[in-house]
Amino acid sequence: MFEDLSRKLDTVLKRLRGQGKVSEANVAETLREVRRVLLDADVNYKVARQFMDDVLRRAVGQEVLQSITPGQLIVKIIYDELVQLLGTSHVGITFSPLPPTVIMVAGLQGSGKTTFCAKLALHLMAQGHFPLLAAADVHRPAAIDQLEVLGRQNGLNVFTKRGADAVTVAREAVEHARLGARDVVIVDTAGRLHVDEVMMQEAEAIKAAVQPHEILFVVDAMTGQDAVTTAQAFHTRLHYDGAVLTKMDGDARGGAAISLRATVGVPIKFIGTGEKPDALERFHPDRLASRILGLGDIVSLVEKAQTQFNEEKAVALEQKIRKSQFTLEDFLDQLLEVKKMGPLQQVLGMLPGANRLPANAEVDESALVRIEAMIRSMTTEERRKPQIINGTRRRRIALGSGCTVQDVNKLLKQYEQMQRMMKTLGKGGRMDRMARGMRIHS
Amino acid sequence: MGILDKIGIGRLREGLSRTRSGLLSAVTRIITGGQRIDEQMLENLEDTLIAADVGAGTAADIMQALRDRSHTAMSADASALLPMLKEEIGKRLAAATVSAVEPFSLPATRPYVIMVVGINGVGKTTTIGKLAYRFTAQGHRVMIAAADTFRAAANEQLEIWAKRAGAEIIQQKQGADPAAVAFDAVSAAAARGIDVVIIDTAGRLHTRTNLMEELRKIHRVVGKHTPAAPHEVLLVIDASTGQNGLQQAKQFGATASVTGLVLTKLDGTAKGGIVLAIARELGYPVRYIGVGERLEDLQQFDPQQFVEAMFEA
Ligand SMILES: Nc1nc2c(ncn2[C@@H]2O[C@H](COP(=O)(O)OP(=O)(O)OP(=O)(O)O)[C@@H](O)[C@H]2O)c(=O)[nH]1
Ligand SMILES: Nc1nc2c(ncn2[C@@H]2O[C@H](COP(=O)(O)OP(=O)(O)OP(=O)(O)O)[C@@H](O)[C@H]2O)c(=O)[nH]1
Ligand SMILES: [Mg+2]
Ligand SMILES: [Mg+2]
Repeated sequence: MFEDLSRKLDTVLKRLRGQGKVSEANVAETLREVRRVLLDADVNYKVARQFMDDVLRRAVGQEVLQSITPGQLIVKIIYDELVQLLGTSHVGITFSPLPPTVIMVAGLQGSGKTTFCAKLALHLMAQGHFPLLAAADVHRPAAIDQLEVLGRQNGLNVFTKRGADAVTVAREAVEHARLGARDVVIVDTAGRLHVDEVMMQEAEAIKAAVQPHEILFVVDAMTGQDAVTTAQAFHTRLHYDGAVLTKMDGDARGGAAISLRATVGVPIKFIGTGEKPDALERFHPDRLASRILGLGDIVSLVEKAQTQFNEEKAVALEQKIRKSQFTLEDFLDQLLEVKKMGPLQQVLGMLPGANRLPANAEVDESALVRIEAMIRSMTTEERRKPQIINGTRRRRIALGSGCTVQDVNKLLKQYEQMQRMMKTLGKGGRMDRMARGMRIHS
Repeated sequence: MGILDKIGIGRLREGLSRTRSGLLSAVTRIITGGQRIDEQMLENLEDTLIAADVGAGTAADIMQALRDRSHTAMSADASALLPMLKEEIGKRLAAATVSAVEPFSLPATRPYVIMVVGINGVGKTTTIGKLAYRFTAQGHRVMIAAADTFRAAANEQLEIWAKRAGAEIIQQKQGADPAAVAFDAVSAAAARGIDVVIIDTAGRLHTRTNLMEELRKIHRVVGKHTPAAPHEVLLVIDASTGQNGLQQAKQFGATASVTGLVLTKLDGTAKGGIVLAIARELGYPVRYIGVGERLEDLQQFDPQQFVEAMFEA
C-alpha cells in the first residue's frame, strides 16, 4: 500500500519534472493525487480539503511557475506545510513549581491510556522524578489489576482504592503523593465515548477535583475520519494540553494526527511504539509528515530537489561564463535570486567563483537594495554592454536610482572584477573544482 | 505559520458543527426531491461516504456506479438518488451479510470452537464476554480459553467477564504458551461435554510476523485436537478504525483464516465504514456489532440499519 502510493505520486511527479513550467491543470492533478494520499492516510476529508486549497494557492503562485522542477517544489510545499501543521518543535510535560505535578490521561476505550501511564511513569523516573500512578479507572473490568501488574513489573508506585469512585481515587492519590514525597501523579482514567454524558461529566469532575497541570488525550494512530469529532469533543470538555499518538509501531499512516492538530491545535507530545513499557518516543513532526505522505524519504527527495535546482542554475551560469557572457543583467538575476534565497553569505557561496572573489567584491545586505536600484535604472543595452556606460550615463543612473555616482562607479568596478575573475576561471578549466565547491555550499 | 493559522481553529470548528447539519440538509434536500441531480449533490454524498471511513477508493467506486445509473435511468429527479446509493452500498455489503451460520444460534458440532483475533484494544475480550452470555442465556455450556497470556491482567479481566456470562474459564499464568491454553480448553471441553469454546487471544498488530505466526500455531493446534476447529475465526474491528482496517483484515485473514468480522464501539459517532471496503475486497461477513460495554451490548449486524446510520448526522 505504501509503495503503491509512493509510486502513484512518483508517476505524477515524473510527468511534471522537466516540463519547465507548471500549468494550473497539472498542478491540480498532483494535488488531487496528494489529496487522495491524505485521505488514504486517514486525514479528515475536510481538513485535507482546506490543506489542499491552501497548497494550491501557493502552487499556482509565481515561485512554482518560475521554477525549473515544479513537481518537486510542490511536494516541498506540501511537506513543509505538513510539518508546520504538525508542530515544529518537541513540547514536553509542564511541571508545577509546587509538587506534585498532576497529569491526567484521558481518551476513548482501548486507545492505550493505561499502557501510556506506565510508560510515562517509567520515562519520568528515568529523568529523576518520583511518579505515583493513580488507578482512577473504576469501570473497566480489571483496570486496577492491570495498572497494579504494570507497576509491579516495572517498579512503579501505584495508588489504588477499590470500591471508591474515580474522583475520590484521584484526589486521595494526590494527597498520598504529597505525604509520600512523590513529585508527579499520573491519573489513569477509564476509556469513555465523547457522547457518553455521564462519563464525560465524571472526567470533568476528576479534573475539577485534582486540577491537573497537564491533561493528555490519547489517540490510536489507526483512527479514521472520526478523529476530529472525538478530539474536538474531549477538548471542549477537558481542554487538554497535549495528545499522545499510540500504536505507531504498526503500518497505520497516522493521518489522525493532522486532523487533531488542525482541529484543536494542541501539541502531540509523545508517540507509543509498542506494548512494552519502554516503547515511548518523542514526537517528530517531520517523520510523521513523511509517513503520512507515504514517501518514506521525502526529506532527502526535497533536499535533492533543492540541490538539483541550484545545480541547474549553476550549469546555465557556467555556460555563460565560458562564453564570457556574464552581463549586468545576469548580475541582477543573481541578486534577485539572492534576495529570494535568504542568508547572503551562503548564497554568495553558490555563485561560481564567488569564494575566490576579493573581499571588497562582497556585498552587504543593505547594499543589495542599492545595487538592484542601480541596475534597474540602466537601459537593456547598458546592462548587456556595461563598457558603454560613460560619465553622462553614470550620472543619469545615479539620479534614477537615488545613489551617488561613486556608488555607480563602485558597482561597475565590482562587476568588472567579477567578470575578469570569471574569465580566467572559465579559461583555466577549473570549473569542475568550482562546481564541486558549489555543491558543498548548496 | 502554516495552514493552522490560515484554516483558523475557529473556522474549522464551525465547519465541523456544520458537517452534521450540512450532511443532514444535503440528504434531506435529496430525499425531498423535486430537484435535479447536480455535481454538488454527488460530491456531498461522496463526502458522506468518506466521512464514514469507507475509503476514497470504495467511495469513488460507488459514486461511479451512481453516476452511470443516474445517466442511463435519466432520473434527473434527485429523490431517486438516495435509494440508489443505498442499493449500491447494499450490493457491496452483500458478501458481508451472507454467512453459513446464524448469528446467535449454535450449529450441531460439539464442541463448537470460536477463535477471536484482532489488533490491540479493539474489544476482543469484551466481545467474548458478551458472546458467551448470548450462548449461556440459551442454555448452552460455554468455556472461555484465556489464550492472551501476554497482556497485564488479561486473565483477571476475562475472569470477570466469564463470571458475568456464567461461562467456565481455562487459564494459565502470564507468559504461558497460548497454543497450550487453547489446546487444554478444547480437550477439557470435549471431555466435559461443553457446547462452545471461545478462545481469547492477545491483541497484536498485523505487522508483527512472529506474533501472527503464533496465531497460526494456535489455529493449527486446535485443529489437531478437533478437526475443522476452530469453526469460526472472528476478527474484531473497532468502528473508529480508518483505512488501516483493510490491511488488518488482509493479514489476519491470511494467517488466521478469518471467517467473519465483529464491528465494535458503534455506540460512538464513528460509522465503521471500513467494513464496506473489507467486504468489497475480501468478502468477510460482519457477524456482530458491539454497541456498549455491558453484557447485552452485542447485536446481529443489520446491513440496512448500517447503511441508514451512515447517512445520519
Ligand atoms: N502495539 C502497540 N500496542 C499498544 C500501544 N499502546 C497500548 N497498546 C496495547 O493496546 C491495548 C489497549 O491498551 P490499554 O493501555 O489497556 O488501553 P486503555 O486506553 O487503557 O483501554 P481502556 O482502559 O479499556 O479504555 C493493550 O493490548 C496494549 O498493550 C502501542 O503503542 N503499540
Ligand atoms: N463503547 C464501547 N466500548 C467497548 C466496546 N467493546 C469494547 N469496549 C471497550 O474497549 C476497551 C477495550 O476492550 P477489550 O475487550 O479489553 O479489548 P481487547 O481487544 O481485548 O484488548 P487487548 O486484549 O488489550 O488487545 C474496554 O474499555 C472495553 O470496555 C463497545 O462495543 N462499545
Ligand atoms: Mg485503561
Ligand atoms: Mg483482550
